[in-house]
Amino acid sequence: MRNNVMVSGSYDAPAMVFAHGFGCDQHMWRFVTPAFEDTHRIVAFDHVGAGGSDLDAYSRERYGALQGYADDVLQIYRELELTNTIFVGHSVSAMIGILAAISDPDRFAKLILVGPSPRYIDDRDYVGGFRQQDIDALLDSLDSNYFGWSQAIAPVIMGNGDRPELASELSNSFCRTDPEIAKHFAAVTFLSDNRDDLQRLKTPTLILQCAEDALAPRSVGEYVHGQIPDSELVLMTATGHCPNLSAPAETIAAIKAFL
Amino acid sequence: MPRDRSTGAGFDPPYEALLEDSVEDLYERAPCGYVSTLPNGTIIKVNETFLAWTGHRRDDLLSRVRLQDLLSAGDRMLYETHIAPLLQMQSQVQVAVDFRRTDGSQLPALINCVLKQNDAGEPVLVRTTVFDATDRRAYERELLRARHAAEASEARARALAQTLQESFIPPTPPEIPGLDVAATYRPAGRGDEVGGDFYDVFETGPNDWVVVLGDVCGKGVEAAKVTALARYTIRTAAMQTRQPSAVLTTLNQALLNQHIDRFLTVVYARVQSNSRGECSVTIASGGHPLPLRATRDGSVDTIGRPGTLLGVLDAPDLHDATVQLAPADVVFFHTDGVTEARRERAFFGDVRTRRLLVSYRTDDAAHIADRIVDEAVDFQAGLPRDDIAVVVLKIPGPPPST
Repeated sequence: MRNNVMVSGSYDAPAMVFAHGFGCDQHMWRFVTPAFEDTHRIVAFDHVGAGGSDLDAYSRERYGALQGYADDVLQIYRELELTNTIFVGHSVSAMIGILAAISDPDRFAKLILVGPSPRYIDDRDYVGGFRQQDIDALLDSLDSNYFGWSQAIAPVIMGNGDRPELASELSNSFCRTDPEIAKHFAAVTFLSDNRDDLQRLKTPTLILQCAEDALAPRSVGEYVHGQIPDSELVLMTATGHCPNLSAPAETIAAIKAFL
Repeated sequence: MPRDRSTGAGFDPPYEALLEDSVEDLYERAPCGYVSTLPNGTIIKVNETFLAWTGHRRDDLLSRVRLQDLLSAGDRMLYETHIAPLLQMQSQVQVAVDFRRTDGSQLPALINCVLKQNDAGEPVLVRTTVFDATDRRAYERELLRARHAAEASEARARALAQTLQESFIPPTPPEIPGLDVAATYRPAGRGDEVGGDFYDVFETGPNDWVVVLGDVCGKGVEAAKVTALARYTIRTAAMQTRQPSAVLTTLNQALLNQHIDRFLTVVYARVQSNSRGECSVTIASGGHPLPLRATRDGSVDTIGRPGTLLGVLDAPDLHDATVQLAPADVVFFHTDGVTEARRERAFFGDVRTRRLLVSYRTDDAAHIADRIVDEAVDFQAGLPRDDIAVVVLKIPGPPPST
C-alpha cells in the first residue's frame, strides 16, 4: 500500500494515528506506541517518500504543499473507516494533522502535536528560528548524506526486491529515502507557512514542547498554543526535537494525562 | 633482535614505538578527533586532535556546549531530523557534516557516533569520532556539481524536446467553423523525448478544410526532422491540389528526394461543408489506421480505403474515398498509440476503441478525445509506451432519442 500503513493494538478500541516528521519514518514511534496498544487501535504509516512507502507514488505536484500529505492522511482514514481518532503528529506532521483535521473535523477527536512549528523562517515579529539561508544549507547537507540510499539498493527500498536481508544491512535505514525526495520534502516542510491555519482548528489539542528544541523553540510552541483556540501546552523536561525517542516515558505520561 | 644499523648498539624499534604510544597519547593525539557527549549532545570529553582542528579550548566546551552547537546551520537541522533520531533508533550513525572553527572557517568532516547504554539499557554516553574529510568532501562536491550539471542539461534537453513537440502538436485547440473539432496528445513515457506523432487542422479555401494526422517511425531528433518536413510539405501541397491522394503522393516524393530512410504513416482528410449544413469528408490513408465513424444510432465503421505507407515506394498505393457525414456523426482519427496500447499481453485494441467511441458519441468532441485517450493511458498504468494522438470531428446535430 502507498503509505505502508501498519495497524496493531486493540481492534475495537478508539484509534490513535501516529505520523512521523521529516527525516525518518514510522519507527520514530517505536518506543511510544506499545504503551497504548492495550487501550487503543494503533495506526502508524510512512509519508510517501519515506520508509516503506511506495516511492513511485511520489509526485512533486501532489506533495508540493503539506495539504498533499494531509489528503493522504484522510485517505487512510477513509480506507480504514477511522472516526473519533486521536492523531499524534511529530514535527511537520503536527501541521499535516492540523490541515487534515480542518478538512474533515468529524474524524478527529483530539490532536497531539509533538514539537510543532507553523513556520520555521523568521518573519517580522514572528521568530521561527531560521533564515532562508539555513534552509538552503540543510538542502546542501542532505546532498552530502544519502542515508543509506543508492541506486543499487533502490529496488529493495521500493519494497519489491527479492533480497529483503539487504535492507537490514543498510545503515541509517530508518531515514532512507531518495535524496531528491528528501530535499523536496525538506523544502516543502521548512518553507511552509501554516500560521493562518491554526485558528481554524476546532479540535482539542495538546502541544508537547521540549526544552532546547533547535527546530521548534519554546517561543514557537507558545505561539501555537496562543493561536489554537482549544489547546493545552505542556513544557517537557526532555531536550531536543524528538522526545518520542529520547524521552518516551515522559512523552507517554503527557499523552496519557491529556487523554 | 634487530640492531641499529648505524651504531649496532642495542635498539628495539617496536619497544621504542610502543613507549611513544601510550593509551593516553593514543587518545589525545589520535589521527582523528574524539568527542564524548551525553545523549542530549552535551560535550563531556574531547581530545587534543579535535581541539587543534577546530580551534576550540577544552574549558570552553566541557559541560557547556553541545556537539550540535559546533555544527554549521544546515547540519544543526540535520542533527535534529536525522542524527539524533538515528542514534536513538539504531545506536550508531555515520554522516558527513561541517564543523565551524573558531576562526569562522569550516572543517568538512565524516563523523561516526555510537550510543553506549548502561546495564539497564538506558542511553548514557555517545562517542563520536571525527575524521578530517576536507579532500574527500571537496571531491564529492565536484561529483555533486557534475551531477547537478548533468541534471540541468537533461532538463534543457527535455525543454527542447517539448518546444519541438509543440510545433508538431498545435498548443491551441483546432477549430473549424460550424463543426465541433478537438484533439488530444499524450507523449510516451514521461515525455522526455520528441515523439513521432503529429496532427494539423488548416483551411485551404472557403468551407474547405484539412485534418491531417500522422506518425513518423521512431523518436528523437531524427524523427523530428521528418515530422517537420512532412507537416510543412503537406501544408504546401494542400494549397496546390485539393485531392488528398495527390497531396500524399507529393509528400512521398519529398521523403524519397530527401533520402530519408524513415517511413511514416498519415491519414489526410478534406472536410467540405456548405451553407445547408451538409458535410462531406474525403479521406486518403498512407498506411495509417483508418478513421472510425460513429453514427447517431450507435453503429461504427471505418471510412476510407487502406493505402501504403510513405517514404518507401516510388509509387505508393493511395486512394480517395468520399463519404457524406450526417448530423451527430463522430469521426475519430487516431495513431496506433491508442489501439496498440498494451497491458502485459493484452492490447487496448480496435474493438475496445470502437465500443468506447459508441458509448461516448453523444459527448462533445473534446470529451470524446480526452476520455478515450485517458482510458488508453490508464490501460497502461498511466505510462504510455507510445505517443497517442487523437483528433475528433463531430457534426452538430440532435442527440439520439434514447
